[in-house]
Amino acid sequence: MLELRNVTVNYGSIVALQDVSLKVEKGAIVTLIGANGAGKSTTLRTISGLLKPVQGSILYEGKEIGGLPAHQIVALRLSHVPEGRMIFANLSVRENLLMGAYLRKDRTKLQHEFDYIFAMFPRLQERSRQIAGTLSGGEQQMLAIGRALMSKPRCLMLDEPSLGIAPILVKTIFEKIREINQSLGITVLLVEQNANLALEVSNYGYVLETGRIILHDRSEALRANEKVKSAYLGG
Amino acid sequence: MSQIEFLQQLINGLSLGAFYALIALGYTMVYGILRFINFAHGDVFMLGAFGGYYLTPRIMPHFAGNLAPVGVVVVLLLTMILCALIGMVIERLAYRPLRSRPKLTVLITAIGVSLLLEYGGQFVFGADPKPYPELITDRALENTGALTITTTQVAAFVVTFLLLIALTLIVKRTKLGMAMRAVSNNATAASLMGINIDTVVSFTFGLGSALAGAAGILYALSYPSIDPLMGLLPGVKAFVAAVLGGIGNIPGAAVGGLILGVVETFVGGSAFSTYRDAIAFALLIGILLFRPAGIFGKAQVEKV
Repeated sequence: MLELRNVTVNYGSIVALQDVSLKVEKGAIVTLIGANGAGKSTTLRTISGLLKPVQGSILYEGKEIGGLPAHQIVALRLSHVPEGRMIFANLSVRENLLMGAYLRKDRTKLQHEFDYIFAMFPRLQERSRQIAGTLSGGEQQMLAIGRALMSKPRCLMLDEPSLGIAPILVKTIFEKIREINQSLGITVLLVEQNANLALEVSNYGYVLETGRIILHDRSEALRANEKVKSAYLGG
Repeated sequence: MSQIEFLQQLINGLSLGAFYALIALGYTMVYGILRFINFAHGDVFMLGAFGGYYLTPRIMPHFAGNLAPVGVVVVLLLTMILCALIGMVIERLAYRPLRSRPKLTVLITAIGVSLLLEYGGQFVFGADPKPYPELITDRALENTGALTITTTQVAAFVVTFLLLIALTLIVKRTKLGMAMRAVSNNATAASLMGINIDTVVSFTFGLGSALAGAAGILYALSYPSIDPLMGLLPGVKAFVAAVLGGIGNIPGAAVGGLILGVVETFVGGSAFSTYRDAIAFALLIGILLFRPAGIFGKAQVEKV
């Protein structure tokens, strides 16, 4: 579904990603784990077109998308829920969701997505007229995910969905990620600092260290891996 | 000051403030989207006045007698379209290539564009002030008692009011308007929604410049002598109005413009009338000291 081949990305003169290759199979949940600054977010930002690779190729459903601007990539039904959520703080919850459907031509059919998202996150429905900036961190994360779903993606990329969120909501959000994958059939690429959680929910994992993939395997195998255990799973 | 005098100054002040409001909207919208002050904006206002100057004698003869109001609307709309195009061309040629550069680079470029328009204007139109053609007959309304309300004041009010409504509808109700608000909120997130930032920026410049063009015509109706440097002072004052209302905030710019117009007129009618032009800058200093976010601005708070 999504494949990176030898992708290199620079920030000015600093190499942020070097020769990264990875594969996300259709229908899977794939995770990217690693320490702060390892290049996880950079990888997602490059796939979604916010950054340009200097080398390598990015294939989405067989089509080269490396170097396309972000607004064209989301049109291919590949959505990115960015780190820090980046909701539109001055817009209402409902308007935020509508922005997610910006490219949809079938605007009369949006109610279906609204119903679905409100059923998944009832809190958003209760607060649909509220200004999004007044939501709690966890609610903002739900909104960011809901907003991305409004574009009817076939592949969803999530960047640190647990960051700065009350533990009880983290659990809910990870349940919803699994639900999105299983009942909507959306392929998920998940970046997460909480490696325990990430490897629990995913089928396959990649470990990034200073801009390189150092290890990849099925998630269960990674959880059993001594190196991963000591470095990322807290012993 | 008698009650009549007070009301008279208020009316004069609001009609002056209407121009500031229209110009300030362009500053504030562009700032909202790009976090950048387009210092050439006041000169687009000047070009609007000149647009009216050249279009009036060509258009108005076709709309004699009762059709004259239609002619005025045609002149106004054509000027607005012209200014919108000029604004979009300025953005495309001068600012877009520098979008990823430091803000200071773009700011200096904006000053360069401003000088280019002013002195290019002197070259093309001539430096001498030109008497503005009479687009609508300027006379005082009857039955207003001791107050003097002129037809140009009424026209300025009505046009400004209609343009503000139109702008509000565009920003609140249209898809591009929603996109503008989204980009102004968070440009990165907006591009992840599929919004083409270049289109939105272009549209914003067009919208702001059209309003400045309309302001140029309205201004020239009330102060019927135009020259290529006329945009300088109203431009800077409208910028103050935008800061006063909270830069980036659309209703703020409109209110800021009206407040500035009223304050200026009252100072002009007082014993301190020589400080009339200085008051805008005193206000600027005051607002920056005591409420830097402006009347309607809010300090941004990040939630975790």
